This record gives sequence, structure tokens and C-alpha cells, in this order.
Amino acid sequence: MDYSQFLAMHQEIGLLLVILIVFLFDTFSSRQIPRGLSMLSIVLFAVLTVFGFVCPVCNESVSAFGGMYVATPTMTAIKNILNVGVLIVLIQSVSWADSEHMRIRRGEFYELLLITLLGMYFMISARHFLLFIIGLETASLPLAALVAFDKNRYESHEAAVKYILTAVFSSAVFMMGLSFVYGLSGTLYFADIAASMAQGRAMLIVAVAFVIAGMGFKLSLVPFHMWTADTYQGAPTAITSYLSVISKGAAAFAFFVIMVQVFGPYYGRIWEWMLYALIILTITVGNLFALRQKNMKRFLAFSSISQAGYIMLGVIAGSAQGLGSLMYYVLVYIFSNLAAFGVISAIENKTGRVDMDDYNNLYSTNPRLSFAMMLAMFSLAGIPPFAGFFSKFFIFSAAVQPGTPELYVLVLIALINTIISLYYYLLVVKAMFIHNTEAAVVPSFRSSASERLGLVICVAGIMLLGVVSLFYSDLVTTSMENPQYIFGLFAN
Amino acid sequence: MIFSNILIYFVVIPLLMLGLLFLCRNMKQIRTVAVIGSTALLALSVYLIVDFLELRAAGNTDIMLYQASWMWFEPLNIHLAVGVDGISVAMILLSSIIVFAGTFASWKITPLPKDFFLWLILLSTGVFGFFISIDLFTMFMFYEVALIPMYLLIGLWGTGRKEYSAMKLTLMLMGGSAFLMLGILGIYYHSGPDGHLTMNILEISANNNISHGWQYFLFPITFVGFGVLGAMFPFHTWSPDGHASAPTAVSMLHAGVLMKLGGYGCFRVAIFLMPFAANELAWIFLILTGVSVVYGAFSACVQTDLKYINAYSSVSHCGLVLFAILMLNTTAMTGAVLQMLSHGLMTALFFALIGMIYGRTHTRDIRLMGGLMKIMPFLAVCYVIAGMASLGLPGLSGFVAEMTIFVGSFQNDDMFHRVFTIIACCSIVITAVYILRVVGKLLFGPVQDKHHLELTDATWWERLSAVTLIVCVAGIGCFPNWINEIIRESFMPIIEVLTK
Repeated sequence: MDYSQFLAMHQEIGLLLVILIVFLFDTFSSRQIPRGLSMLSIVLFAVLTVFGFVCPVCNESVSAFGGMYVATPTMTAIKNILNVGVLIVLIQSVSWADSEHMRIRRGEFYELLLITLLGMYFMISARHFLLFIIGLETASLPLAALVAFDKNRYESHEAAVKYILTAVFSSAVFMMGLSFVYGLSGTLYFADIAASMAQGRAMLIVAVAFVIAGMGFKLSLVPFHMWTADTYQGAPTAITSYLSVISKGAAAFAFFVIMVQVFGPYYGRIWEWMLYALIILTITVGNLFALRQKNMKRFLAFSSISQAGYIMLGVIAGSAQGLGSLMYYVLVYIFSNLAAFGVISAIENKTGRVDMDDYNNLYSTNPRLSFAMMLAMFSLAGIPPFAGFFSKFFIFSAAVQPGTPELYVLVLIALINTIISLYYYLLVVKAMFIHNTEAAVVPSFRSSASERLGLVICVAGIMLLGVVSLFYSDLVTTSMENPQYIFGLFAN
Repeated sequence: MIFSNILIYFVVIPLLMLGLLFLCRNMKQIRTVAVIGSTALLALSVYLIVDFLELRAAGNTDIMLYQASWMWFEPLNIHLAVGVDGISVAMILLSSIIVFAGTFASWKITPLPKDFFLWLILLSTGVFGFFISIDLFTMFMFYEVALIPMYLLIGLWGTGRKEYSAMKLTLMLMGGSAFLMLGILGIYYHSGPDGHLTMNILEISANNNISHGWQYFLFPITFVGFGVLGAMFPFHTWSPDGHASAPTAVSMLHAGVLMKLGGYGCFRVAIFLMPFAANELAWIFLILTGVSVVYGAFSACVQTDLKYINAYSSVSHCGLVLFAILMLNTTAMTGAVLQMLSHGLMTALFFALIGMIYGRTHTRDIRLMGGLMKIMPFLAVCYVIAGMASLGLPGLSGFVAEMTIFVGSFQNDDMFHRVFTIIACCSIVITAVYILRVVGKLLFGPVQDKHHLELTDATWWERLSAVTLIVCVAGIGCFPNWINEIIRESFMPIIEVLTK
């Protein structure tokens, strides 16, 4: 065996090094240093993130282990996007991780979090279902431990149990689907499945349905979303934000590849109608449930369900523009959602309050936090000139590109749903700005430096990611490179 | 170089103002920034119109002048493309006049004056950006930029049922823009032969590539999308509540300028790009706008709240704008733009005066007020002038606009158009009813509340705001020809595609 193949996995190796250093430091260093571990993790991870952007070899396409592992510029791009998101999560969670009751366990927090990211890297780069499953499990199982991290809170445990049960169940469903695929084609290589699939329509439909259901759990598409709200609400806020943006982003990219490369060429894309129905259900149900939520984390859980529906519009497009728009949407969504969670966790750390009513008149006491929250809400709702508007426009435009009437209907339904979502996003703005007759619940306070830094990054992202056209253009250009690894037989 | 184009400054100046306002610490600085900025905008738009007339006089016959285009999002061929014709120039002038007047009308806004001006200026950024754009995407983006500040402006500084009205207005207008976005995507993907898709309005029109079938689908959704903002029946219900709850300057800007975005978009996008469907389907929308015109006027008759009266009157007058546009001939469409200008100025004047009266009497119920002519003669006289403009007295702008519209509408020599023209004409009479009723009751009746006797007349900034608008109303009324000319020739390309 040629061991030099391992060197093809630049970013995975880099991340593994970070994890090892953090682990060793956590094991052998003195517990007395108050901020050492969190600073070390952030600095190392920041170096890794920068490395992803600048390393010259990352922009070459490499394939290792007989095509099981592939890294192309597109994959580097999505990994970089996730890195930026994780970096923001790490920065935002410093004051939580360094708090009194967490200090003893924060090592596990960083290690487990980064291990799940490693799993996501594999999900993105895998071109064989075995490696993919390893990535999937690595990405989901440690998260259950993280969800249960607030061990003194009852909700945290409940959330973790719900999460682990659905994670395991969905993996089982997913592998059931894979067994059908294997039966039909005799291989688990993405590229070969597409070429060697036996004819057998009914069986293939069952296989596709199982795979979509399995991934649907990970992406919390309706009707596989039942775990989402309880888990998001119960988990520590840092983990919730990680779950809602990073996990979702990685899963969305992987889902695109599976659908388009593996199942794309068959029977005029049999999965399209399944996904069509799922998207309508996801966006609508997510929105309608979000309308009545009083708890901010629960509220964002339902909002993130409907956002996942919008992301899926990029999958149904199935084109390079669709993939570019999907990655761009994930990027913008990371910044917008993390801004919202940043404000929530800042307030939660200070006062322990997470209800929407607690935000009444927040503008009079904490104008900056309210401003950040308002921008996040506007961006999530798709209001220009903030980034969310651009990402929505581009993903809708990718979705109608094939030009069939049913896609126009789909996008119209999605657009009508943006109006519903605007209503509940505005409820938050209304609570913060307009309810000025009552006294504010949250007193005026100064958030910690790390929280402020995290919010400043997010706000800058919301302001600039859209107006500066470079990001979107680059992502679309990137996703057109090396199409054989992403689009398979669809590559032209 | 992007800054060598004059049009871009209509967006740059408001953005600079936003930046400066962020740094302001007290009321004096805020006022300074707002006054200097809005004066600069007014001066720039006057310069633009003079320069525009000179270029035209020098024989420049391009559809759009000052054209420039910078690539923005390459994958979708989206440009930041600007250019203006006579109509856009007129609308830009209107907007800057109203922003100028609105600044003075909100001289003593409380609470949070800084935030108020920030949102107001963001709103005007959207308005100016919309009128200078000739790229569908940029146009749509600025359109939405202009919509969202309304929510906070009404919700925070409004009166009455402000939270309800703000939410209703925002959701309905955004609902309209949802249809619009789909329409724009549809237009884009049919804008040209494969590989040559474009968002530029002029190129799309020149390509003439949208098939008749797609026009049948895209025209209605685009027209309705803009029509919601133009208060087309049955999508007008946001307008009375919204205007009644909004603070003075916001009502002025919204009724005066923002509602015109709807009418402007209807002919610039819906009719210009899809002329076939416009010819075929205009009758449906003609019925709806005909209803707006008459229904709005009748509704205004039974209201007792000054702002509601004026809001319903706006529904009627803006209905007339869309009505005239749908007549699809040069005279009527020229009348439509004149009506936009006239209604913009006149309704801004109305809302400014109502705001000033409300600020003194603390009521807008006409049953509780009377005899204001004795108490505040300046405001009362201005109110009479605004009323006369609204019911179409010759010499003021309303007469010119409505006369042109009805003459143009009657040129269509079939039964359907003529019957509707006659029905719409009735609205003039009904307008006279509600205007004279208010004037008689409010200004000349007996004084209802003796506390009102102690009230003072207008302050200098209020006078400045009102006089600016009155001068413009009278200016259009007395000298309509020059503006008529530049609007008429700007409609030529649209008429050309309609009759092809």
C-alpha cells in the first residue's frame, strides 16, 4: 500500500493534528490556567481555517484509496465554509466554556466538537459509502454527548436521548437503503453505482426512499424533524448553534452529491418528486410551527427546519449553479444564524433567559445586541441589502432554471413561505424595538469580549457577503470545476 | 470609473448620510446632516433635470441617458446598471422634493430621532436606487430596501393601531414582492437566446424573446406584484391602515413616493417587457383599477379620521394612475405620470398639514374640530390649496393630470374603455364631495373645542415644508408643458413595442 496517499487528506490531517494537540494539552496541562485551553483551541483552529484558504495543494483535485476519498476545490470550499462557521461557534462559546461549572469539562467539549467536524469532512469527501458511513457516524454520535453536556439540566438529558435515538434510527434506515443499492449494483463506489445499476424500478425507488429518509433525519426535513425542536431547546446554546448550521451545512452538501451523482441518472431522476414533496412540507410545516413559539431556541429550531427546505432547492436544481447557490446559502445561513445564537447565548449567559417575551424592549437596554439580532432576523428573512436576500434570490433562481412549470410552482410556494417567515422574524424585531411601553426584562450589560468579537464577525458577514459579489461568483465557478467527482454522469 | 456617473450619487449621498448619522450625538447634528443631505439631493436632481433637457435639446435620442453598467454577479449576468429617461428624472425630482419637505416636517420627531432619520434615509436610498436602475435585479433589490424600513418607522413612531398596521403593510407589500421575484426570475430565464440571458431592461426589450405563452403567465404576476404597492383593488387594504398609523414624514414619503414605485414598475417592467400580454390582459386589471378609483373615493366620503380620508383618497388617485397606464396610449400614460407627480406632491402636502394639525389639536377626528381658519390661518389656507389641487381646480397640478388622463382614455374608441372612462370620471365629483365636506367642517365651522383657541400657527420649518410643496403643485399646474413634453417622448419606446 502506498502510504503517501494519506497525504492527500490535507485538511483532515490538519484537523486531526489540532484535535491531538488540544487533547494532549488538556490531559497534561495544569487545570489552573483559566483560559489556556480555549485560547489554544481557537488559535489552532484559526490557523487551520487560514490554512484551508491559502494552501496551494488544496486547490488541486486528488483522489486516494482507489477513489474512496476525493478532494476537489469544491470540497475544499465547503470545508472552508464549515471551518469559518466552527471558528465563530468556538469564539462565541468561550465564555460559556470557561464558566465555573464548565471549566473541568471543557476539554471534552473542544475535542468532541472537532471530532464531529472531522466526520463531516469525511462525509464531504467520501466517494464510497463505507467511508461515508464512517463519516456520518463520527459526525453524529459525539454530538449526542455534547447535547447532554449540561449534565445538571434535565432538558439537556432529554434532548440527548431524543437525539441519539433518532441518529441511530436514521443511520439504520440509511443503511437499509444502501443495502438495496448494493443489491442492485454490486458496488458502493458512488461513481460505479451510477454506471452499474441493474434495472429494477421498484427496488430502486425503495432504495432512494430509504436513503432520502435517512438523510432527511440528519437535515431535519419534515416529516423527519420531530427531534429537532426538543434537541435544540435542551442542548447548550453553543451546541445548538453548531447543530443548526454546521451539521446541516455538511449534510446538505453530502445530500446533494448522493442525489445527483448516485441517483441522478435514473428514470428522469425518480427522487425529484419525493424531494419536491419534502421541500414543500419542510418549508411550510417549519414555518407554521415557528409562528407560535415562545422560546427563542425552539423558535430558531423551527426556523432552521424551514431554512433546510430552502437549501434543498439547490439539490432539486441539481446543477453547478444549484451547488454554488447551495454552498453560498449555507455560508450566509451560518453567519445569520450564528448572529442570532450569539445574541441568545450572550443574554442566556448573563440572565438565563431565553423566552421571546424576555426580549421586550431590549433596544432600550442593549442597543447593540438588538441591532445584531435585528440584522440576523432580516438576513434570515431575506431582506436586502443583507446577505440573506442574495442567497435566497440565487437559490430560487437556480431552482427555476430548468424552466418547468412545476418548479415555478415550487418556488412560488417557497416565496409565499418567506412572507410567513417574515412575520415571525419581525415578531422578534417587534419585541426588541416596538414594545417600549413595558420595562425591559434584560438589564443593560456588557457582553464579554469573545461574544462581541463573534457578533462583530457575524454582522460584518451579514453586511458584506451579499453586496460583495466575489463570494457567490467564486463558489459558482468552483462548483463547475472537476464535475466528474460531484455530478458523475451528469457532468458534461 | 463608477463615480464619474452622476446617477450613482443619488445612492451615494443617502449612504453617506447614513454613515454620518451613525456618528451623530445630538439633535443639532442630526438635523444638520439631514438638511444638508436632502438639500444636496434636491440640488442634484434639479441639476439632473436641467442637464437632461439640454442633452435632449442637443439631439440625444437614446432611450435612456447617462447609461452605465458595472458587472456585479457574473454567474447570473447581473449588473449594476443605471440610466434614466424623462419619467425617471421626473420621479427623482419628486422624490427629492418630498424627502426635503419630509425632513422639515419631522423637525421635532421623538423619541429616538437618530434612528428615525436612519430608517427614513434608508427608505429614500431604496427609492432613488429604484428609479435609477435599469437592471431588474438591482431594481428589485432597491424596491425591497425601500419597503422594510416602513415596518420600524410605523411601528416605532406611529400612532393608533401602529403594530397591527405596520405588520399588515409590511406583509402585504412583501407578499407583492414575492410574486415580483418569481416574475423577475421568469423574465430573466426567457430574456434572450441560450447563453445570452440578461437582466437589463433595455436588452430584454430589444431581444423580445419572451414567448406569448410565458407572457400570459409573467405579465399578471409582475403587474400584481407592483400593483400591490400601487394600491390596486383588492390589494389596497394595507394603505389606509398604514398611512393612518404612520408618522407624518413617513406618510408623506410613502404616499408621495413609494406608492409611485408600483405604478412606475407596472409600465417599466410589466408592460414594457411583455407588451403582447399587456395588450391582451389589460382589461382585467382595468376593471380592478376602475373599482379602486370609485371605491376609494366613496370610502373617503364616510371616514371621520383626517388621515383615513386622505389614505382612501390616495387609493382612488393611485388607482387612477394604474387605470391610465392600462389605457396603453401615449396621452393617457403621460397623464398617469403627471398624476403620479401631482398626487405625490399634493398628498405629501396633505399629510404634512394633517401632521401639523394633529400635533396641535391631538385629534384627527373631524367631528371634534372646527373653525381652524380663525385659529391657524396659514395651515388652513394650505389645506384649502391642497384640497383644490386634489379635486382638480385648474391652475393646480391635479387638473392637468386628470384632464390628460381622461382625454387620453377617451381616445380608445371601443365601448368598454369609454364606459370605464366615464365611470372613473365620476370620481372627480365624489372627490369634490369629501374634500369640500372636510374643508367646510374643519376650517370654517364653529370652533368645537375652546382649548383650540389657544393654539398657535405654523412654525418656520413647517411653513418651509408646506410652501415648498405648494410651489411645486402650482408650478406643475401653471406650466405643465415642459414636463409634459419630456414624459411624452419617454413613453415613445413603450408605445412602440405595444403597437408592434
